[in-house]
Amino acid sequence: MGRAMAELLRKTWAITKREFAAYFSTPLATVFLIIFVALTGAFAFYVGGFFERGQADLAPFFQYHPWLYLLLVPAVAMRLWAEERKSGTIELLMTLPISPWEAILGKFLAAWAFIGVALIATMPMWITVNLLGDPDNGVIVASYIGSFLMAGAFLAIGSCISALTKNQVIAFIVAATICFLLVMSGLELVLGSMRAWAPEFLISAISSLSFLSHFDRITKGVVQLSSIIFYVSLIVFALFANRVIVEMKKAD
Amino acid sequence: MAVLIEARELRKRFGAINAVDGISLAVTKGEVLGFLGPNGAGKSTTMKMLTGFLEPDSGSAWIGGISVADQPIIAKAKLGYMPEGAPAYGDMNTRRFLQFIAEVRGFDGAEANRRVEAAVEKAALQSVLDQKIDTLSKGFKRRVGMAQAILHDPQVLIMDEPTDGLDPNQKHHVRKLIAEMAKDKAIIVSTHILEEVEAVCSRAVIINKGRIVADGTAESLMRRLSYHGTVAMHVPSSRVEAVKKALLDFSAIASVETIGSANGKVRLQAAARDGAPAAPQLATLIRTRLIEAEEVVVQRGSLDEVFRQITTSDDGARHG
Repeated sequence: MGRAMAELLRKTWAITKREFAAYFSTPLATVFLIIFVALTGAFAFYVGGFFERGQADLAPFFQYHPWLYLLLVPAVAMRLWAEERKSGTIELLMTLPISPWEAILGKFLAAWAFIGVALIATMPMWITVNLLGDPDNGVIVASYIGSFLMAGAFLAIGSCISALTKNQVIAFIVAATICFLLVMSGLELVLGSMRAWAPEFLISAISSLSFLSHFDRITKGVVQLSSIIFYVSLIVFALFANRVIVEMKKAD
Repeated sequence: MAVLIEARELRKRFGAINAVDGISLAVTKGEVLGFLGPNGAGKSTTMKMLTGFLEPDSGSAWIGGISVADQPIIAKAKLGYMPEGAPAYGDMNTRRFLQFIAEVRGFDGAEANRRVEAAVEKAALQSVLDQKIDTLSKGFKRRVGMAQAILHDPQVLIMDEPTDGLDPNQKHHVRKLIAEMAKDKAIIVSTHILEEVEAVCSRAVIINKGRIVADGTAESLMRRLSYHGTVAMHVPSSRVEAVKKALLDFSAIASVETIGSANGKVRLQAAARDGAPAAPQLATLIRTRLIEAEEVVVQRGSLDEVFRQITTSDDGARHG
């Protein structure tokens, strides 16, 4: 069992390294990192009123992460499988002595690590707020973790959608739309319009699916096990679907 | 000899199309099997099932005695596969790509480097080691695909059109490489370039519409041609009738046909009885009877013609 586990990790790691390096082999990585840092900053300062609030915390910074991820994470995920299918390398990959799980996990982890790098690149915000005042760093750490988990969930969905098509643009649009619905399902706007006709259990089921409500709780410093389970189970579910889709579509 | 590649009644349908319709074959160590067929005959689909990329609807594939369906990872470890077009990660350079393959195949450190170096040398890739695969010429890309497939020195090598689109020198190189490796591997090479079969394959299998329609050595396949072993000769047109008569007088000759004429010369084709080679008898005849033939050629036919005959006669039968 131990050896099998080590094998799995070794092969997964080989794929993760390759995929991670692939991001940096094109200007995509640099463009993405610059845009991510610029946008998170811009939203925090101009839209979130970082200075005007007069509070030393990063709430206005984290508040807009779900909306940024909506566009940026599908852009990271879209190439994972679509490119592999388009160039035919999927045939090479799937005839190497690896299990589909190693390929799926390896790719997912590489993309997740890349988003992790983007989050680390926003650390100057954290330093700034510590210089300006005396923030609750525990809440900030929790928010970073929550943001990273949420990005993972967006990403797993994006990876799954990417396996459906050879076209990266389609993969991007479909993934962004699904992520949009998952974010929106927690807004009063959506829930309110349903209250008139939908039964209560349906409304609470839908709102519990929302990325927003779970993330809001985390950024307020309330790290509930249920929120972590929510994101992790979403990742696991999407990766299972990813595996089924890869098997189904690989030869098309 | 040990059977290293085996297909048992492989079948695969894509919608209404029977891509592979019951293919069984076995390839032993030391054999190079040429897999021939018109486009869309099911060559690639069969190879994809043998390598475990596609699951057959029914039937089974075995690599080195291991069931591809039951123990895919062990089977794939014994196998080197170059898919059609030799796909590779274009964003990597040759060295990194091969190192990645080595790592996934379970080699690390010095062993990985040694494997990569050996593959690079065999495929003659030294000059493009640090070049991105996307920027390589077609010939080099194909060689990277081969290097990837032979890196772990597999027992079984399956290559889908390894020489397609290469120039004659590159083709020669690839064929030489295959011939060198043939001794201790079982190799399947698909192609629609038939000269290749004579150049490298010890056996040829022709498939059409998902079924095997011929299986044998290149020589045995060519024997199927009606004119295999006949002799063609050019004679001046003024002497045609005399020559024909002289030939037919000879009891070993079954028939003489005129098969063409140009520039005052006529081309005759003589066949011996019972499909025996006509050359020995004719040689004596030409010498003793002083027949004025300007050019005498033993007709072997070409695999191209065998291929056309086999893969189109089936059509005729179905339409007729």
